[in-house]
Formats: sequence, structure tokens, C-alpha cells
Amino acid sequence: MVKDKMDSEFSLIKPKTLNEVRAMIRKHKRNDFIFSSIGLLTIIFALLTLLILFVDLVMDGYPKLNYEFFTDFPSRRAAHAGILSAWVGSSLIMLVTFITAVPMGVAAGVYLEEYAPKNWFTDIIEINVTNLSGVPSIIYGLLALGLFVYTFHLGQTIVTAGLTLGLLMLPIVIVSTREAIRSIPIAIREAAYAVGATKWQVVLHHVIQYSFGGILTGIIIGMARALGETAPIITVGALTFIAFLPPAPISSSAPFISFEWLHSGFTVLPIQMFSWLSRPEHAFHINAAAAGVVIILLTLLMNGTAIWLRYRIRKNIKW
Amino acid sequence: MAITPLQDPPISKRLAKNIKRNFIERIIEIILLFAALAATFITLGIVYILVTEASGFFREVSVIEFLTSRQWSPLFEDAHYGILPLVSGTLTTSFVALMIAIPIGTIAAIYLSEFASHKTRESVKPILELLVGVPTVVFGYFTLLFVTPLLQKLNPDLPTFNMLGAGIVMGVMIIPYIASVAEDAMKAVPMHMREGSYAMGATKFQTAIRVVTPAATSGIIAAYILGISRAVGETMVVAIAAGQQPSFTFNPLEGAATITAYIVQVAMGDLPHGSLGYQSIFAAGMVLFLLTFLFNILGHMARKRFAERY
Repeated sequence: MVKDKMDSEFSLIKPKTLNEVRAMIRKHKRNDFIFSSIGLLTIIFALLTLLILFVDLVMDGYPKLNYEFFTDFPSRRAAHAGILSAWVGSSLIMLVTFITAVPMGVAAGVYLEEYAPKNWFTDIIEINVTNLSGVPSIIYGLLALGLFVYTFHLGQTIVTAGLTLGLLMLPIVIVSTREAIRSIPIAIREAAYAVGATKWQVVLHHVIQYSFGGILTGIIIGMARALGETAPIITVGALTFIAFLPPAPISSSAPFISFEWLHSGFTVLPIQMFSWLSRPEHAFHINAAAAGVVIILLTLLMNGTAIWLRYRIRKNIKW
Repeated sequence: MAITPLQDPPISKRLAKNIKRNFIERIIEIILLFAALAATFITLGIVYILVTEASGFFREVSVIEFLTSRQWSPLFEDAHYGILPLVSGTLTTSFVALMIAIPIGTIAAIYLSEFASHKTRESVKPILELLVGVPTVVFGYFTLLFVTPLLQKLNPDLPTFNMLGAGIVMGVMIIPYIASVAEDAMKAVPMHMREGSYAMGATKFQTAIRVVTPAATSGIIAAYILGISRAVGETMVVAIAAGQQPSFTFNPLEGAATITAYIVQVAMGDLPHGSLGYQSIFAAGMVLFLLTFLFNILGHMARKRFAERY
């Protein structure tokens, strides 16, 4: 019976003449060509759109990009307004972010790859890390507002903002650390164990050393993201108009190092841009464009370095 | 000359050293464990803060009003607390964004994975990664000062703050993300499946559509879902360009506030800690967190499936 059915199905396929087959092949080749053209055009179109947007931004902001723009405080008059307090604030916050997120992220990544036993407890940590990287940044802002500002009473200060961005950056560092560590062959570890190294010695002298490039890539990408983040910083209460600088961290008299700047109010580059953008006057939009150019150049530079680094590592892998 | 054998230290000394060594190893492991636990603490912290602050809000406002009222005006004299207008704003902008990002992102992924030469792929992928890193506030600038004026030339009735422009730019913003996740999924399809298809005389296009895409479906769906999650959580573009007025509408030609835009708007002002307005952003944030959490879980489930398949 099965054979009958198969026969009847086969008989449905009409034999094709050579010309029909040729026509079919031509049609399929044409489809191939059409799709690959569409694909290429789509990509070119998308990249071109973004290029136009960037060129537009640079054209708008170009007249404002002079030396004074970096040394002036924000001002009520657009022509005199600059980003001094914004870039100083951004730098100091990035410092706090770096100090909190990097050691913790690398340590967590090392634990999950090298130490963690395979059990439900580790699974929970892993699920948490993957989930955290998908949480919208503004939620981190709400967490920081409730926790750092009103529970720990750190106030709306540089340390609060730095910690907030540190939390945001943590999953990125953890994930990239794990990926970098995973690419190191087990033989390296076995060789170290064979000459009597302890687990920590293996990790410190071999695993972290060899995966350093990959970890660095993740750190740079995370820092670039933290630099451009606006929403969580607004939520913890960045000021939009700041005409003073935080106290200097290094002084000429004893005790030479002061941490007062941690508790200073602040603004950052994206917030400065956002506040200028929210004003109705066109002159301030030019300032916003100039600030945008600075932000884009910084993030592109950082991300570009990271991607180049990753490419170098991939090329230089010896095992 | 006689070779003197190496003198071993007495057993007790070696043991003492081992004990010290093991002790330090344990301490280090515990420190590392605490670092790893930080991720869990952050999630717990988010849930704890959202729940405690929002519970203050729900003591004043009934959950039923919150979920069914079509007006959201917690800061006005005549206060209404219905989350629906914010949700409708969020869904409308996300929908517009996905209408742009899904088709273009998918086509770009198929092209990059199946058609593009090695050289093209190696030069386009880094650009995509660079674009994922562009700060969103810059995209807000593009929306307000470039895309919206352009759209207003086509349709003069369009208000300055509208969900269409914001949605389009968000879509452009998400394209690289969807394209690169979907491309990864397609690259993970084993080569022998393609070779089988080619051996049967199929063209590249037939192989891409009938073999590779179905095999990578769950990965592609994961890319879409993660894209949705990003669109829903996107803040600066909508806060700058979609409008600040909550209104219950699904018409992208109007302006409306999204959940994220509302939180930014309130945070920009100076609301006293513990007031109902202050608590309302946590209630809104909780809805946002649950929405994105749902999408993220779905996305990771889909992703896991494609990872285990082969």
C-alpha cells in the first residue's frame, strides 16, 4: 500500500523538458541575485542613514568646538556655555565606576568559570548575570535612588553616580571575563597543577594573565557604555546647571589626597547635552550638537580600541 | 664527588605549610564567591526597592485603578493613577521601532551570514558593534532635530513631539543589535546542513530561506525578543522626542509619554522623598521591570534552545 501511494505521488511529478529546467534554474539564479542585491542595499542604506545623522551632528556642532567650549562652565548665554563641569564630572564618575566594577566583575567571572561547582546555586547566579544585562538602565537608576540616595544617605553625589554606573557595568565585565577565560585551553591549567601550583596560583599566574586582553576588551566596552548612559544618572539626581568644580582630589598641603570630591554634586556629558537639547532656543541646540560630537568621539574611540584589541587577540592566539 | 641527597624538611613543617596554603586558598575562594553573589544582590536589591517603594504607592491607590484607569496624572490636582496610557505609549513606540528593525535586521543578518564575502562580513560586523555602543542621548538629538523635521515636511500636521519619529530612530538604533544576534544564530547552523542543501542543487537563496533560517529560528526569535526588550526599556530617545503628556492612544502620529519618559520627567523635577509622586515612579518602574523581565526570560529560553540543538 505504501508503495502504491509513493507511486502515485511520483506520478504527479511531470517530467520536465530541458528548456523548462533551464528556465527554472534561471529563475532561481535571478532570485538569488535579487535577494543578495536587496541585502547589500539594506545594509548600505542603514549605514548610510546613520552616516548622514552623524555628519549632520558634526556640521551642527562644528562651530562650537573650540578650546573655550572645554574650559567654560555652562551659562545662561549659549555662546559662553561650555562643558568644563560636565567632562570633569564624567571623568571622576568613571574613576569611581572603574574602581568598583572592575575588581568585582573580574572576581565574579573568575569564580563562575574556575571555582563554581555545577549545581542549582551556580545556576541561579548565572541566570542573574544574564538577566541583569537585559534590565533597562533606568531601573538601575531607580535602584540607586532608593538604595544609595535614600537608604545609605549618600546623597545626589559623584559617589552615588559612580556606584550606579558600576552596577550597570558589572554584568558586562563578568560576561567578557568568562568568555575570555573559557578560551584558555585546559592543558595550560593542567601543566601548572602538575608542577604543584595551587588553584589560586593557576588563576593568578596563568588564567588571568592569558585572558587579560579579552578582559580588557570587556572593561573598555563597559566603560564606554557607562560614559554614554544618561537615564540612571538623571534618576539619581544629576544637576543640569553646575558652575563649580568638585574639590580637587590632590592638594599641595597635607594630607595631599582628599576624598571630598566624592560627595560633591555633579553633572556629566550626556546630561549636559540632554539639558541643552531640552531648551527651546536654537543656539543651545548647537551646544548640544557639539557635546554630542564629543560624546560620540569618546565612545567610538573606546569601542574601536576594544574591537581592535579583540581582533588582535584572535589573530595572535597561539594554542 | 659524592652526590648529597636533597635534605627534606621535617614532615611537620611541610604539613604546616600546606595548612596555611589551603587556608589562604579557601579565603580567596570565599572572596570570589562574594563577588559572584553581587549579581544576585543587585537583582534582589532591585526587587526589594521596587516592591517597598511601590507598596507605599499601592496603599493609596487601588491596584484595580492602576491597571484599568485610562488616565495617568499623579502630579496634578485632579490625580488619576492608571498605568494604561504609559503602557500604550511604550507599546506604540516599540511597535514602530520593531516594524523598522525586524525586517531590516533580519535581511541584514541573512545577507551577512549567507551571501556576504568574508571581507564584507569582517568589515561590517565591527561597524555594527560600534553602532551598538553609540549613546542613546545622541539618537534623541537625531530624532528631535533631524528626523521629526523631515517627517513634518511629509506630514505638516505632525506635532514636534511624536511617537513616530522616536519609534523610527529607536528602530534604526536596534537594527545592529538584532542583526548581530540573528547572524550569530545563523552562523551556528552547522555547515553540513548547507552542504546537503547545495548538493541537492539548491541555490544560496533557497538554502538561506528553507534550511538555514528554519534551523536558526529559535536564535532569530531570541534576537527579536531581546530587541523588543531593548525598545521597551529605551529611555532617552522617547524622553527627548516622543512627548511628555501621558495619553491613552496607539496612534504613532500623536505624542505620548512612555513609562521610561515619565520616570525621567519626574526625576528631573524635585519631588520630596516619600510623596505619592515619588512613589509613582517606582510603581511605573515595577511594570517596566516585569515587562522586560518577561521578554528577557523568553529570549534566553529561545536562545538556549538553539544553543543545545546541535
